[in-house]
Amino acid sequence: MAEIHLKSLAHSYDRTAAEPEYAIREMNHVWQDGGAFALLGPSGCGKSTLLNIISGLLEPSDGDVLFDGVRVNDIPPQDRNIAQVFQFPVVYDTMSVFDNLAFPLRNMGASDAKIQSKVGEIAAILELTDVLKKKAANLTADEKQKVSMGRGLVRDDVSAILFDEPLTVIDPQLKWKLRRKLKQIHEQFNTTMVYVTHDQLEASTFADKIALMYEGQVVQFGTPRELFEKPNHTFVGYFIGSPGMNFLEVKRCEEGVCFGEKIFTLNEQELKALEKCDSDNLKIGIRPEFIHVWDKPNGEAYKAEVEFVEDLGTYKIVSLNLDGLLIKARLQEDQPVPEGNAFISFPDQWLMLYVDEFLVSKGENNE
Amino acid sequence: MNKSRSNKAWFLVLPVVLLVAFSAVVPLMTVVNYSIQDIFDVNTRIYVGTEWYREILSDPRLQDSLVRQFIFSGAVLLIEIPLGIAVALMMPKTGNWSVVTLLVLALPLLVPLNVVGTIWQIFGRADIGLFGWALNEMGMNYNYAANPMDAWFTVLLMDVWHWTSLVALLAYSGLRAIPDAYYQAASIDRASSWAVFRYIQLPKLKSVLLIGVLLRFMDSFMIYTEPFVLTGGGPGNSTTFLSQALTKMAVGQFDIGPAGAFSIIYFLIILLVSWLFYTAMTHGDSK
Repeated sequence: MAEIHLKSLAHSYDRTAAEPEYAIREMNHVWQDGGAFALLGPSGCGKSTLLNIISGLLEPSDGDVLFDGVRVNDIPPQDRNIAQVFQFPVVYDTMSVFDNLAFPLRNMGASDAKIQSKVGEIAAILELTDVLKKKAANLTADEKQKVSMGRGLVRDDVSAILFDEPLTVIDPQLKWKLRRKLKQIHEQFNTTMVYVTHDQLEASTFADKIALMYEGQVVQFGTPRELFEKPNHTFVGYFIGSPGMNFLEVKRCEEGVCFGEKIFTLNEQELKALEKCDSDNLKIGIRPEFIHVWDKPNGEAYKAEVEFVEDLGTYKIVSLNLDGLLIKARLQEDQPVPEGNAFISFPDQWLMLYVDEFLVSKGENNE
Repeated sequence: MNKSRSNKAWFLVLPVVLLVAFSAVVPLMTVVNYSIQDIFDVNTRIYVGTEWYREILSDPRLQDSLVRQFIFSGAVLLIEIPLGIAVALMMPKTGNWSVVTLLVLALPLLVPLNVVGTIWQIFGRADIGLFGWALNEMGMNYNYAANPMDAWFTVLLMDVWHWTSLVALLAYSGLRAIPDAYYQAASIDRASSWAVFRYIQLPKLKSVLLIGVLLRFMDSFMIYTEPFVLTGGGPGNSTTFLSQALTKMAVGQFDIGPAGAFSIIYFLIILLVSWLFYTAMTHGDSK
């Protein structure tokens, strides 16, 4: 088990270029010992690159990787005590499942008795006992993926298991089963696990904490709830949630910020922050789930036109036209949808202010 | 179930049936026809049953050729397959050098068969051939035209030079198709390079190697032009392989009956051995 610390880490695949393009922009990040983490982000954001740097398959061009405080940059993958599960199941086709699981132990020169007991134990946990004698080539995709995971688990010395989108090729109905298995294994072994995915649902069911990556940087590291309720960056708001956060481009005005005629009041903390900077890139963000929708005028509610409604069974997504801006609101199944015009209000508590795409904190009392 | 049955589908298969009939079945049946009759002229033909077959199978010269043929094909496979894999493993994976190696390797495959024979015929001569001259200068009494061992050595070497590239190129394409994740997983599992070869590369190469083995077996078993140009089957009969014996019989002596029987047997041997290779190499895939 180990804590993984990325110190001023950056990586460029081609450093000889005049202006090297960085796949990973300089970052500092700590994966605490024994946690279950997800590395979430869209395709091409650098999450696989980061994973390969941690496992040692790739050497970072700048900065250090520390395992429990020890620099491991120059240590090859086989000596880093990590296990990695790849997107496509990697099994040794000609070997039996038993031999596959025993392979890392045999390479380490473990005794036969130890191999027997360890492989038996792991096979039982992964529910592979029945297929131990089968040839690995003839397994189903999810069984293969369990075998490649098992090769990491049989080793006592594994300090972290890295997953690179391991459920990509698994049938949907088996995905949740395997995901639950992963969670269970984490609880049992308490190994540090880092799980790369572009699927927010996968990330939030597996991980205690999610690192959201965007353009080569971790933009937010927090619990799924934090990422949902307080997105640090407009990208987090947009990427997490379905549909993503609504953003209104606003201007400075008397009591806060305005969207056209509409004034959004801000609290002291936010006003202070606004005074300190002179940027005009201001946005107000609100989650579709937190928008209130009425069918009659109601206090401060704004009038908007209902454009269309998507009924998704357990909830509905209503697209509203608010002074030319498309706003999405998420309604419960049983909530009536107004026809023609609707009146919407934004609870202050869920209004987030973004300056230059980054969140302005509402201060302590809102924690 | 009230499907109306229609036999129209058969008409759609007809072109293929005709094509196969004219390209394979009709010529083959002609040969079968020859092999069971003694034909003197268009009007005089006698049915002889299996007589020609018995004659061919008991001909000691042909038996010798058959043994020689098996030894030759065996040697070709034993040398070219491992050597081809070894070459493929050593080839650069990316960059300009990989292109250069690919080109150089492909060159022997582009040389016409009789030119290959001619090249080695001259190359191996003790007076004007670099290879033969060099061996003799080194004190070896090398003469492929007089010494059966030297003739065999030269024919084999020529075949290895000519065809190992094919195996190497096949194996190379097979190696390139292995995803990086396999090597990465193996390195994390602390596999030795031998284990990587034995458990990742070799199993993944199986399908291309099957094609390689079959092609090299069939080609070497039917080899004709190169030894014909190089040694003419000599010295004595030491490098006379089956196809050469067949040609001599069919075209040289015009013994159409025995030649027909010979062809059928020859064809069946190739079919049988290819089938054996195929079953042996795909055996155990579905357990």
